[in-house]
Amino acid sequence: MTDKPLKTIDRVNRTLGKRHRAEKRFRLYGMLSIGFGLLCVLFLFTNIIGKGLNGFTYHFLELQVELDRETLEITDITNENQILAANYSGVVKRSVYEFFEAQGRKNKASARKLIATEGTGYILQGRLKENAEDLVDTQTTVWALVDDKVDFYLKRLGDPGEPGKHEFNEQQLQWIHEAVEAGKLKRKINWAFFNAGDSAHSEEAGIRGAVMGSFYLLLVTFCLSFPIGVSAAIYLEEYAPKNKWTDLIEVNINNLAAVPSIIFGLLGLAIFLAFFGLPRSTPLVGGFVLSLMTLPTIIISSRAAIKAVPPSIRQAAYGLGASKMQVTLHHVLPLAMPGMLTGTIIGLAQALGESAPLLMIGMAAFIPEIPAGVTDPATALPMQIFQWFRNADAGFNEKASAAILILLVFLIIMNALAVWARRRLERRW
Amino acid sequence: MNTNVMTETAGDIVAENKPVTADTIAEQNADAYETVGNAFCDQAKMSMRNVNVFYDEKQAIYDVNLDIGTNEVVAMIGPSGCGKSTFLRCLNRMNDTIDICRVEGQFYLEDQDINDKKMDVVPLRARVGMVFQKPNPFPKSIYDNVAYGPRIHGLADRRSDLDEIVENSLQKAGLWAEVKDRLHQPGTGLSGGQQQRLCIARTIAVSPEVILMDEPCSALDPIATAKIEELIDELSQNYTIAIVTHSMQQAARVSHRTAYFHLGKLIEVNETEKVFTNPDHELTEAYITGRFG
Repeated sequence: MTDKPLKTIDRVNRTLGKRHRAEKRFRLYGMLSIGFGLLCVLFLFTNIIGKGLNGFTYHFLELQVELDRETLEITDITNENQILAANYSGVVKRSVYEFFEAQGRKNKASARKLIATEGTGYILQGRLKENAEDLVDTQTTVWALVDDKVDFYLKRLGDPGEPGKHEFNEQQLQWIHEAVEAGKLKRKINWAFFNAGDSAHSEEAGIRGAVMGSFYLLLVTFCLSFPIGVSAAIYLEEYAPKNKWTDLIEVNINNLAAVPSIIFGLLGLAIFLAFFGLPRSTPLVGGFVLSLMTLPTIIISSRAAIKAVPPSIRQAAYGLGASKMQVTLHHVLPLAMPGMLTGTIIGLAQALGESAPLLMIGMAAFIPEIPAGVTDPATALPMQIFQWFRNADAGFNEKASAAILILLVFLIIMNALAVWARRRLERRW
Repeated sequence: MNTNVMTETAGDIVAENKPVTADTIAEQNADAYETVGNAFCDQAKMSMRNVNVFYDEKQAIYDVNLDIGTNEVVAMIGPSGCGKSTFLRCLNRMNDTIDICRVEGQFYLEDQDINDKKMDVVPLRARVGMVFQKPNPFPKSIYDNVAYGPRIHGLADRRSDLDEIVENSLQKAGLWAEVKDRLHQPGTGLSGGQQQRLCIARTIAVSPEVILMDEPCSALDPIATAKIEELIDELSQNYTIAIVTHSMQQAARVSHRTAYFHLGKLIEVNETEKVFTNPDHELTEAYITGRFG
């Protein structure tokens, strides 16, 4: 040290540069993490939207189909069974041969392979079911589903990565391009994707079954967990004496919120399916299991909302001679409702994206029917996505991406709803 | 209650909060004391006898005896933490909402002991209303604020009856002229002074016999305070009022009798004029002359 002691300001100045640098570094770390997060989101969204949007469209071929009785093998058009079992593939195949002017067995086979005859047949079947009398023995225009290989090839024609990769023979390739140029083979929105249930063929598979399954799941979950969760929160906050037992209950509720969801699935399997014998793969049981999972979230957020109600409001009501129930119902509950609803919606959004517990109770099955109630076998959106991605067929992967988009849209809607509910119902005091 | 423990606790409190100028007297009175002045009256609306209040093991009020006369305004003054608010809250059992609070003693509202555990607090609080320190209107409309009490007690059979009660109460609280055109706007949108008068209107809407006021003006500006004081004066014609206040001028202006509390003890009760001009007790004098507080 020098003989002259340093003044305070000199000491401060000496460290100032270091402090400023530390300050800048600290800010930079924050910006870097935000940037990394944004990059991840951006990557996720471009990737999923890029792939997923393809899943909403499909290529269709405009076909003139002759619906004559002989080929359809219908003798009595009032007989429903005959309409259902008619030979739709036959008429579709015939018009495909006509469209491509295919001659000879080999060429016919090549032409046939370009079109999903079965899927197109279902479209015709649907029309005839509605109005057989007017349609039979006439010619009708139908946008026929192409084979998923054709769709795959056409969607990737402009793709710089691997354009034009295909397994078609020259004749087929020529037909496809001729049809596209003639404006007969078009890319259109695939409404069947929104309206149909699952299918073994990717071009016919739709999301409706999974969406309805998820809807019934959330319905059961909400109807169970909201009233139970809110009642539990009210009891714990307003009525329960503060002692060891309530402390124990509180610790347990907090622990439940941290239990891995697959454990709840096992619990559901053991209790609801094995012990109570409820039907497997149904939204009812799925909803029970998801309720167990959602309850802690709802109870914790509801308790926080009740705690946030100012004590002065309670005092005012008590001072007027309101009973405990009146104070709770007239004042505490309305003021705590936005917080409770926010917690509930966030809990439900979690439940919507949950798949592990549903695996355990058999909701990962292949279910082509659209569920019409809580006791019908169903699958859920995340399960459907999982199954489609697992499928080796490229068409299904595209559908899975589209299904992810739908799931994301639902999640965003629910979160927006939570924010809206909070803003809308929030009252100032 | 073990008297030993009581004395010890009392000693502790005195030691902890030892006032600089008046400590000796407080220590002398640690276990036994007598309220000086005139704590009783002939036409008592409420009579409190041998009141002791504890927060867990800590005693907050020692052996208080006090009468509040019919249509009388009794002011309770004293330094912070002297137990005056705690005492006031015993009068309509608001301390029931605090788990650790234990109240002993007899509280007679006319002939009924309201501290009896069998006594239902709902009718009690309809007879003994309360106005709080901070204006606390419900986050509802002005009309609903005033109508809430009559509604829960079923005081009005018809809508028109309820309208009348609301109008009367707001008029008595001196708020009618200011709010009659916006009865259905939120009560929280009023100014602080108006909110407090709304709370008073809400209290008198259930026609209580006694109104308790816990520092009703401490959050208000001088003009709003003056209005509330005027109102208290008017209300005293029909209601019995017990008011806790930190402002000695306010006590002097609005009350008939004044009770001085010190460290949980009721030191002196006298006619307000006497308390502020010629108090009997040294502690009272020390407090009102501003030597501590």
